[in-house]
Amino acid sequence: MARAAIPGGLSARRAWRPARLLERRVESASATTLVLDVTDWPGHLPGQHVDVRLTADDGYTATRSYSLAAPAEGDRVEVTVQRVPDGEVSPFLCDVFQVGDAVELRGPVGGWFVWRPDQPGPVLLVAGGSGVVPLMAMLRARPAVGPPFRLVYSARQPDDVIYREELAALAGTDGVDVRHVFTRRGAPVGADGADGADGADGAGHVRPPGRLRSADLEGAGWGPADAPTCYVCGPTGFVEAAATILASAGHDAARIRTERFGPTGS
Amino acid sequence: MQGQDSAENSGEEPVGGAGLDGNVLAGPLSEVFAVDITTAVGRCRGCGTSSAIATLRVHGPQPGLVGRCPGCDDVLLRIVRTPDAVWLDLGGLISLRIPAAG
Repeated sequence: MARAAIPGGLSARRAWRPARLLERRVESASATTLVLDVTDWPGHLPGQHVDVRLTADDGYTATRSYSLAAPAEGDRVEVTVQRVPDGEVSPFLCDVFQVGDAVELRGPVGGWFVWRPDQPGPVLLVAGGSGVVPLMAMLRARPAVGPPFRLVYSARQPDDVIYREELAALAGTDGVDVRHVFTRRGAPVGADGADGADGADGAGHVRPPGRLRSADLEGAGWGPADAPTCYVCGPTGFVEAAATILASAGHDAARIRTERFGPTGS
Repeated sequence: MQGQDSAENSGEEPVGGAGLDGNVLAGPLSEVFAVDITTAVGRCRGCGTSSAIATLRVHGPQPGLVGRCPGCDDVLLRIVRTPDAVWLDLGGLISLRIPAAG
């Protein structure tokens, strides 16, 4: 492993690691999961991310940060990329990047927006759009006998839901609650969020399309007194709205962790 | 709540993971610091607000990353990577409290 310091300069401690695409999975019309084999991957915590660097033939480079979507399996890591039509990097990764192609990764990085399996208390995950990716890494890392987890996942419509089948399966797991919020079209039925014609949920209630509201984040076992750690990830406006709802409900600001992203630099 | 709608409308669905807050500084700063700086708490020279670096508003990535105070929007830090150097400006911070073991 090349970890030697550059004399008189920056160390190569966080050197870029070569990686290769092993597999790709289409998750929705605009999201693709990339499974990468990364040389000497040291493992990571759920919520951490990687910087991905692409280098063109002429030496031009572009770097973007992506959340890790799942626990590592040896040198195998997963990221889920949302294609942004006018983006510089995401259309390449989603449409052009082929199995066997090379890329460079730096990471894992980030210690703020992480869930540590030994930390106490329930976990409330609030996702807007592809903000579900690091939260999915946390759900996937939850042990079978673990603290209660609830995912509240806001998407425009049922077709935009990433990890749909796996979330439906997880929703039937003891201690895991998955709730869908659709902002444009569709009404969740039951805990698995299937798109029901009558718009009724498992308890007979209707959750019509609309933006996230305080009632979506309430419920027995999920109040401020239950002291959940709240992880909110999504576009900036969504994160601000969700964090405001949680703070207004009385959740301690120290237990609200946020990660924002948005339509620039894609 | 208007913000959410505009965020969802403006760039269509947002970027998968491309950061807009201080979490995205973790990689670039890892080249310079021995520990993760995004969990450190910086104090703004302008308004005195203390914020975890992960919670800064960040603009970039070109020509560099600029981190602004969530309290007053002053520039707290800038980081620019050239082919042979990292330029780091922490001029907007009066202090940086870095969690240490023990």
